[in-house]
Amino acid sequence: MSNLSFYVHIPYCLRRCGYCDFNTYTPSELSITSELTKISQTYLDLVLQEIDFARSQSTAVSVPSIFFGGGTPTLMAPTDLGRVLATISDRFELTPDAEITIEANPDSVSKESLSRLREVGFNRISFGMQSAVPHVLASLDRTHNPDNVMRAVMWAKESGFEELSVDLIYGAPGESVSDWRTSIEAALSLPITHISAYALIVEDGTKLSNQVRRGEVVIPDDDETADKYLLADELLELAGFHWYELSNWSKHGSESRHNLRYWNGENWWGAGPGAHSHLDGRRFWNVKHPDAYAQRILKTGDPKADEEYTEPSQKWNEELMLKIRLAQGLPQSFFPPEKMNSLLGYLAEGDLDQNAWSVGKVVLTRTGRLIADRIVREFAM
Amino acid sequence: MPAIPIASAPQPSQTSPLQIRNFCIIAHIDHGKSTLADRMLGITEVVEQRNMRAQYLDRMDIERERGITIKSQAVRLPWRSGIDGQEYILNMIDTPGHVDFTYEVSRSLAACEGAVLLVDCAQGIEAQTLANLYLAMENNLTIIPVLNKIDLPAAQPEKFSEELAKLIGCEPEDCLRVSGKTGVGVTELLDQIVRQIPAPTGDPDAPTRALIFDSVYDTYRGVVTYVRVKDGHLTTRDQIQMFSTGVRHEMLEVGVISPEPVISRGLGVGEVGYVITGVKDVRQSRVGDTITTHNNPAKIALSGYKDPRPMVFSGLFPLDGADFPLLREALDKLQLNDAALVYEPESSAALGFGFRCGFLGLLHMEIVRERLERESNLVLISTAPNVVYSVTTGDGELITVTNPSEYPDSKIEKVEEPIVRATVLAPSEFIGTIMELCQERRGVLLGMDYLSEDRVEIRYTLPLAEIVFDFFDQLKSRTRGYASLDYEPIGEAVGDLVKVDILLQGEKVDAFSAIVHKEKAYAYGTMMTSKLRELIPRQQFEIPIQAAIGGRIIARESIRAIRKDVLAKCYGGDISRKRKLLEKQKEGKKRMKMVGRVEVPQEAFVAALTTDADIDKAKAKAKERE
Repeated sequence: MSNLSFYVHIPYCLRRCGYCDFNTYTPSELSITSELTKISQTYLDLVLQEIDFARSQSTAVSVPSIFFGGGTPTLMAPTDLGRVLATISDRFELTPDAEITIEANPDSVSKESLSRLREVGFNRISFGMQSAVPHVLASLDRTHNPDNVMRAVMWAKESGFEELSVDLIYGAPGESVSDWRTSIEAALSLPITHISAYALIVEDGTKLSNQVRRGEVVIPDDDETADKYLLADELLELAGFHWYELSNWSKHGSESRHNLRYWNGENWWGAGPGAHSHLDGRRFWNVKHPDAYAQRILKTGDPKADEEYTEPSQKWNEELMLKIRLAQGLPQSFFPPEKMNSLLGYLAEGDLDQNAWSVGKVVLTRTGRLIADRIVREFAM
Repeated sequence: MPAIPIASAPQPSQTSPLQIRNFCIIAHIDHGKSTLADRMLGITEVVEQRNMRAQYLDRMDIERERGITIKSQAVRLPWRSGIDGQEYILNMIDTPGHVDFTYEVSRSLAACEGAVLLVDCAQGIEAQTLANLYLAMENNLTIIPVLNKIDLPAAQPEKFSEELAKLIGCEPEDCLRVSGKTGVGVTELLDQIVRQIPAPTGDPDAPTRALIFDSVYDTYRGVVTYVRVKDGHLTTRDQIQMFSTGVRHEMLEVGVISPEPVISRGLGVGEVGYVITGVKDVRQSRVGDTITTHNNPAKIALSGYKDPRPMVFSGLFPLDGADFPLLREALDKLQLNDAALVYEPESSAALGFGFRCGFLGLLHMEIVRERLERESNLVLISTAPNVVYSVTTGDGELITVTNPSEYPDSKIEKVEEPIVRATVLAPSEFIGTIMELCQERRGVLLGMDYLSEDRVEIRYTLPLAEIVFDFFDQLKSRTRGYASLDYEPIGEAVGDLVKVDILLQGEKVDAFSAIVHKEKAYAYGTMMTSKLRELIPRQQFEIPIQAAIGGRIIARESIRAIRKDVLAKCYGGDISRKRKLLEKQKEGKKRMKMVGRVEVPQEAFVAALTTDADIDKAKAKAKERE
C-alpha cells in the first residue's frame, strides 16, 4: 500500500513582500473585487475537484501528511480549509498520526481563527516570523509587528497546537550579526518545537533584486551569511533543537514529516496553481496562474502544465542533492568506489562527520553543510 | 591611345630588355597603392572595365579587409609611351607594406630597377615607407616621388613635396601629383616610369639566373613561384634547379600575369613572370633563392638570400582541447603558403595541447592566428608573445630559449636578447611623449631629425621584447594615432633579465611565466597576481597566488576560501529546477582547467593572457560579426 501526501497551494497574499518570488498574487494583481470569504470558497472548490482528479490518478490509499502553503493560507476561511481536509480524508485514508500543517502569517490570524483551524483538523502550524528586528522586517517588506508573533504563537498553543514552528530569514539588507542573534533568541523564547532558518536568496525579477541592482540596498556578503548560519546552528543546538535538514532544526520527534517526504523521494500530490507533484519518478506541475488553473479544472479537470520522467542518472543526482542535506545523510555505498578518494578529502577537511563516516555514512558537518551545493556538483553524474 | 591591345603588344619571352621597365610601388597602408594599381590596370586596358573590381590584385580576404598587401604580385602592363611613342612592357611588382615583411620587400626591390614612392599628400610619409625607401635607395633603384590623393580637400602637396624632395635629394617640382581615385596624373606617371627608370640589363647568353621574389601556394596548381630573370632564359620543360637546396624540378608551366595568368613559352632577360613546377610547399621554392637550369647551371647565386628567421614566439592552444588535431591540420595547411611560419607541438599543464609557433613579427602572428581561426573555424588562446633569448649557463652551455618554460633553473652567466633599431615618425608635438615611452622600454636614443617643420624622425635602439609587449598600441594611443613605427633587427645584447613564474597554491602555471627585465619583474608579478585574484573564483580552500623569481617570492595575493556555497531552500517545487541548475553548473565545471586542486575557468586564462587592447579588438570583431 503506497502513501500519498498532499500539498495544497494558496496563491493569495494581501501584499507582496519585496524578496518573494513565489507563485502568489495580491487582489489588485488579479483585479479581484469580491470579498475574501468568497475567494476562499470559490478557490477551494476548485482544489476539491483536483483532489478528485488525484484520486483517479493514484493507487495510493493512505495519506500520512498534508501541508497548506502559499501565499497566505490563513487568508482562507477555516471552514473552507476544513472542507479540503475532509475531502482528502474521505477520498483517501488519513493515517492516525497524519501531520497536517498550515503556514500562517502572524498578522492574519486571531485567537478564534486559530481555534477553528485546530478544530477542522490542523495539528501543526508554521508562522512566518522572519525576524524579530523591526528594521530587518522593514527591509524585507514585512508589515507585522514582532510582538504579534509572540501573541500568535501563544494563541496557537492555547488553541491546542502542539507542533509549532517559525520561519526565520537571515542575510537581509542591513541585518547585522547581532540583529540575527536577537531574532534567534526571540524565536527560542517562544514555546515552539521547530525552526526553519533560511539565508535570503535574491531572486531575479523581485523588487529586492531591482533594489540590489540599482545599488539602493546592499546584501551582506557570503562570509557573513556563513557566520550567521554557524551562529544559528550553535544557538539552536544549545537550546535543544537539532538540525535534521540544512535549514531546519527541531526538538526530537518534531521534524516535519511532510517535508522529509520531499527529501526522501516519496510520493506527493501538489494541488493548486503551479504546484508540483511527484509520483514514482514522474514529476509534473500545474499551470501557474490562478485564472488558467480555474479554467483547466473547470474544462478538463486536469490542471497539469508539463511533466518529466527522471532518468536513472537524474534520479541519482536528485537523491544526492536532497539527502546530502539531511542529518541522516547517505550510505557510503551510495557513491561509486572511484569517488571514495574525493570523499576522504572532504572528511579530512572536516566537511564530513567523522562518527557517521565510521559507521558507513556520509553526513555533512556544520562547515560541510555550507558547501553542500559544491559537493553535489562535484559528485553529480 | 597609349594602351596597346594585348595581342599586338610585345610578347613574353620575345621582349627586348630595352622595352622593359620593372618597378614597384612603395607606400604605407591607406596611402592608396591598391587604388593606384587598379587605375593602372584600367588605363593600360589589361583589365576590361566591366571586369574591374576594387583592389583587384589583393587576393586574400584578410588583405582586402585590412587594406594591406601581405604577398607581392607582379603584373605585366603593355604601354605606349606618350613621350617617344614606343611600345613598352611595364612590370609592376607589388610590395608588402609592413615591418614584419622587410625581407620580402627587399627581394621585391631586388627584382626592380625603379620604385614609385607613393605618399598620401594629406598625411605625409610614414615610418615603414621611409624604411622601405631607404632600402630601395640602398639597392640603387631610381625613385619617382609621387603624391597621391591630390583630389582630397586636406591635401598639402607643397608641404609634402618639400618633405619628399629633402628625403630623396630632388627638387620639390619633381614630385608627380596624382589621384588614383580620379585618375588624374596616372598617364603621366606611366610615361615617367618609362622615361626615368632604366631598362634591365643582363646577359642573355650566360647560364640562367632568376630571382624568386615571391612564392604562393595554390590549391589547384601547387606552388606558383614569381621570378625575375637576370641572365639567360627560362623555357617550359627546362629542368630547373634551386640554388639553396640543389633540388631539381621540371618547369611545367611558365607565364606572366596580366593580371590573369597567361602561359608563355618562356621568360627572357629582364622579364618578370611565374613558373610552376608541381611542388606543394613554398619551402621548396623560397623567396630570395636563385633558379638556374640543370643543364647549364650558374656558378654564383644572386646575392641576398636569407632563411626567414622567426623573431617572435607564442603558444597557440585550441580553447576546446578536442580541436587539437584540427589546429595541427590548419597549421600544416597554412605552412604550405608561409615559409616563415614555424611550429612544434607544445603541452601546457594549464592549456593542454597546442603549438609553439614562431613568427616574423607581431603582424605576422596576428595574421596567422586570424587565418587559423577564420579558415578552420577554431577558437584559439595565444600565450603572451616572447622573443628568442640566448642563455649562457654557469657551466658555459648556450641555450636558445623560445619559451619561458625552456629557461634554465640552473645558475645563469648571461642572457642575450634581440635588439632592434626602431624609427618613429610623428608630428613634433609628440617628441616628449615618444621619448618617454622609449625610455620606459629601455630604449637608447640614436638620433632625431626634422623631416619638415613639424614632423620628426626619432631613432632608438630597443629590445625587441619591449616592442613585442604592446609597444605599438601604446605608441598609437599616446600619439593619438599619428606616430608610425618601423624597426629592424640589429643583433643581440646582454640584458638584465629574469624569469618570473606564477604559482597557484604552490604550483607553477607555465602559461603565465614570463622573461622580463629585472626592474619590471615586480610590476609583472603584482600585475599578474592581482589580475588572477580577480579572475579565479573562490574555492573551498584558500588559494595563495605568488609571483616568484626562482625560489624568491616577489609578489603575493590570496583568494580566500569560499565558506558558503549552498542554496537555503529545497522543497517539492524546487527539486527539478535545482537539479537542472546543478547539472548545468556541473557542465560548466568540465570546462575548468585544473591547476593542482585549483579550478581555473578558461576565461581566466584568456583574460590573464590578453591585454586591454586585445580585448577591445575582440569586442570590435564580435560587433562586426553581429
